[in-house]
Amino acid sequence: MLTRRIIPCLDVKAGRVVKGISFINHRDAGDPVALASAYNEAGADELVFYDITASSDERNIMVEVVERTARQVFIPLTVGGGLRTTDDMYRMLRAGADKVSINTAAVLNPQLITDGARRFGSQCIVLSIDARRMADSADDSPRWEVFTHTGGTPRSTGLEAISWAQRGVELGAGEIVINSMDSDGQQSGYDLELLRTMSRAVAVPLIASGGAGSPEDMYRGLAEGEADAVLAATIFHFGTYTIAQVKAYLAEQGVPVRQTV
Amino acid sequence: MITVINYGAGNLPNVVRAFEHLGAAIEVTDDAAVVSTASAVVLPGVGATRDTMESLAQLGMTEVLPQVIASGRPFLGICVGMQVLCGESEEFGLHPCLDVLAGTVRRLPGGQKVPHIGWNQLHYQEQTRDHPLFAEIPNQSEFYFVHSYYCDVADPSLVAGTTDYGMAFPAW
Repeated sequence: MLTRRIIPCLDVKAGRVVKGISFINHRDAGDPVALASAYNEAGADELVFYDITASSDERNIMVEVVERTARQVFIPLTVGGGLRTTDDMYRMLRAGADKVSINTAAVLNPQLITDGARRFGSQCIVLSIDARRMADSADDSPRWEVFTHTGGTPRSTGLEAISWAQRGVELGAGEIVINSMDSDGQQSGYDLELLRTMSRAVAVPLIASGGAGSPEDMYRGLAEGEADAVLAATIFHFGTYTIAQVKAYLAEQGVPVRQTV
Repeated sequence: MITVINYGAGNLPNVVRAFEHLGAAIEVTDDAAVVSTASAVVLPGVGATRDTMESLAQLGMTEVLPQVIASGRPFLGICVGMQVLCGESEEFGLHPCLDVLAGTVRRLPGGQKVPHIGWNQLHYQEQTRDHPLFAEIPNQSEFYFVHSYYCDVADPSLVAGTTDYGMAFPAW
């Protein structure tokens, strides 16, 4: 049976992990390679690196980070952030990434999804979407708007999130990450309504992001939100819960997970 | 010496790194003449069967590979590198493949999320338990899958292991 995936996400700037990470004291907590290796040993099913650097010089550092990570870590690695062309994607894939994730660049240039899918296959192209509940949408039929540049000052796009995801899949995206801006950083659970609506609307796997504060939140994201995988940063980075604890909880609830430790 | 074929597949560096990690002696080549005399061959792969077949044809591999396999030398096809062994593929329109193995590459059944992405169990077939490839891999081990197509193999006795996703499909 296909297991549900637990995916830690690391924000990397100029080759260093930026969000404070405290779950491993005995290692260099800013080194993405050491952290990737630690998460691999802890039972992560996949890893995501978000490159939040701005300049192209720093982008070269990211290529090198991906290369060093791929030599040591044999779980799938997705790299996102700042990829604007299929050549940008190719550099990351060649360095050892298994998938690439695009967000703002896809909104600005949807053709990038198709070009990437044609060149590398749909399974390689992850469409990441940041969405916020529309203030004027009804409680019983909520709608969500897509925002870009969420690393800095979020910009409104006027795009409705569900139809944007459906278009992205038509264009060739093989997976969707949906990040709720309303829930992100709150640690009070994923936006389950957003997840469920999205999961039923697209035929590709859905990864939940934004808001997980406990194993129960992750369970609800998978069971009630109908997500295929859950992505989280804070809960793991600060050692609030280990991946093994989350997996043990999920297994108790009857969710299939890959047991590694 | 293990010969790994370089035809532009995206996962070539990862296959090379995996062999390096294991301490195996490998050579990477795009030369069909080198492949024709190789003692063991690995065909990596990511992507679609049509593009893969075109790339292999350009390098003259489509004639050499069936000969290498017929000679009994060890051959490992990974992902689309395995799928192109079939007679034909339905991906992006029906087209011929290497035809080493009678069968057709078909899309996974609908009514579920496709691509099939994530860790899933491998179930060995009775007849292949003693194959050296699986000597250190316990039955029901989990592997990471990421694909939309599978090999519909005509002779099930040739399948070493299957995985379930809406159906049992050949995974080895």
